[in-house]
Amino acid sequence: MAEKGKAVLTGVHFMDGDTACAEGALAAGCRFFAGYPITPATEIAERIARRMPEISGMYVQMEDELSSMAAVIGASYAGVKSMTATSGPGFSLMQENIGLAAMTETPCVVVNIMRGGPSTGQPTMAGQQDVMQAKWGSHGDYEIIALAPASVQEMFDLTIEAFNLAETYRTPTFILADGILGHMSERVEIPNADMIKIIDRKKPQDSPEEYLPFKPDKNLVPPMASFGEGYRFYATGLTHDEKGHPRTDSAEAQQKLVQRLCDKIRKNADKIVKVKETTLKDAEVAVIAYGITYRSALSAVRKARAEGIQTDLLRLITLWPFPEKHVSQLAKKVKAIVVPEMNYGQIVREVERAAKETPVVFLPKLGGEPHRPTEILEGIVRASS
Amino acid sequence: MTREETLHPLERYLREWMMPHIWCEGCGNGIILNCFVRALHELEMDLDKIVVISGIGCIGRLSGYANTDAYHTTHGRAVAFATGVKLANPELKVIVISGDGDLFAIGGNHFIHAARRNVDIQVICANNFNYGMTGGQSGPTTPLEAWTTTTPYGNVERPFNLVHLAAASGAVYVARWTTLHARRLTSSIKKALQKEGFSFIEAISQCPEVYGRRNRMATGMDTMNWFKEISDIQHFCDPAKAEITPEKIIVGEFVDIEKPSYGRLLRKIRNQVQEKMKERK
Repeated sequence: MAEKGKAVLTGVHFMDGDTACAEGALAAGCRFFAGYPITPATEIAERIARRMPEISGMYVQMEDELSSMAAVIGASYAGVKSMTATSGPGFSLMQENIGLAAMTETPCVVVNIMRGGPSTGQPTMAGQQDVMQAKWGSHGDYEIIALAPASVQEMFDLTIEAFNLAETYRTPTFILADGILGHMSERVEIPNADMIKIIDRKKPQDSPEEYLPFKPDKNLVPPMASFGEGYRFYATGLTHDEKGHPRTDSAEAQQKLVQRLCDKIRKNADKIVKVKETTLKDAEVAVIAYGITYRSALSAVRKARAEGIQTDLLRLITLWPFPEKHVSQLAKKVKAIVVPEMNYGQIVREVERAAKETPVVFLPKLGGEPHRPTEILEGIVRASS
Repeated sequence: MTREETLHPLERYLREWMMPHIWCEGCGNGIILNCFVRALHELEMDLDKIVVISGIGCIGRLSGYANTDAYHTTHGRAVAFATGVKLANPELKVIVISGDGDLFAIGGNHFIHAARRNVDIQVICANNFNYGMTGGQSGPTTPLEAWTTTTPYGNVERPFNLVHLAAASGAVYVARWTTLHARRLTSSIKKALQKEGFSFIEAISQCPEVYGRRNRMATGMDTMNWFKEISDIQHFCDPAKAEITPEKIIVGEFVDIEKPSYGRLLRKIRNQVQEKMKERK
């Protein structure tokens, strides 16, 4: 057991995905967590409730997910890296203030350990049904970042990555995992603290008199002051100008702000997007998968290759912004694409859009269990014939 | 005379570039803002360490007018946001100023739980008996039989008695004044700002434009005359018996007790945990 009381528990562990996610957050510098118990994400809160006092962080169990998300934004504006974790029903309640976080450009991380929906659905079973909600859940136009881990190790690694992206782009960043990843245990290697790359939000260089809280740098992201630093700035969920002044009846201000909120992600997509490709020279079929489904897909692709079907595998690590370029390049090369998902058709729509003329074979799976590799293999066979 | 010499003593507490404000003629919100900044002034508080947080509604714009760090949240979530700010940085003085609909209808759950936890924040509620910004609909404080745009035949819902709710939920300081009692309201705000824990001040306010004129009080002055007639100063009376009626508004302080705040208790536990860890080493 690594030394207790440290933010980074360097060493080799056997832990579940929720715990690894919690440890990833602490390693990334998260010192504030607000949440509400919900299966299958509760273990994240439990771990953090135990660990935060050891490292002088704050854990607060709020009265619901609306307030959890609001408190996370408040803590982030107070200058502390902050996070919440939930599952579908709680994620629905958080959408209101996820919109506020997007509008006021708040660095924060929201973990969704997805289960089956709609509504209360299947609390103890896994799902990938909140992928579109993550992108479109709050009203209005905005962009967010979402990452899909596929192993317990990645629950640790990608949670750190999520904090780094949230801080870099001043945007809510999501971990979209599922009940299987949250609850299964695997080997996790936690490196030395000095080997972990940590990014902190850019602070303003201007004097308080000159500081414009929503004036972007070249990368379209404004440097961020915290409450209590003497900048005395004002942030509002209303449409505002660079000074923070509400501009509720200005078409120009609305266009400028909303466009930038979207473009700071869209125009930096090449820097944000991560995928894993295992490609062959003359593949005829490609499988595109993410999260837990990737693991079944990997097995299926190996079997297909063994059977002589030249098959590529593209794993989406970033779900939002959608890795459009990677998908469209792949689509030009193969004659069909197979998309297994634990839902009734979500990312497949994005794949179809990027793949254009290339046919897409969709393999939905409902019920909370992951695809069997043979189910994906059948899809590959169908796509190749 | 230089600009410095002609400056109003409270001007530095206001964000000048946000003016003019959006409030109607005769509205009581200006009095509440005045009392608030006067309290800051009289206490000589460090403006760099104050965060003013509001929700949605007419008074919600106040956070923009106070020359401090300020945040205008989503509807009803000011108290929850404030909880995050205060726990993340206990050095900050965190004040929520919002309306009755924001704090007690859509935000009611956050209010009672923050009071229960005794989060170290100060909440000032401008109670104008209706939703002013959306044009005068009934809300959780609308008096029985009052006319609003959504109770065109008279209100049949019993209103909350806010001071009773706050006291029962665990607030360490509870007071109620009307905008007529500007000096007393200022004193209560000063007192709340110096207390540790969750404090609540109800500031009953006139809304002539969309509430008053539908209820035989067409001007702000009419409502203030009503406040004058029926206000009854009674310190530390039972908040359960302080329901607002057309005949009587009991004003004064209701609760003033000492309890360690939530943040203090969390930090105490943190210290205990860290001490134990040191012992084990």
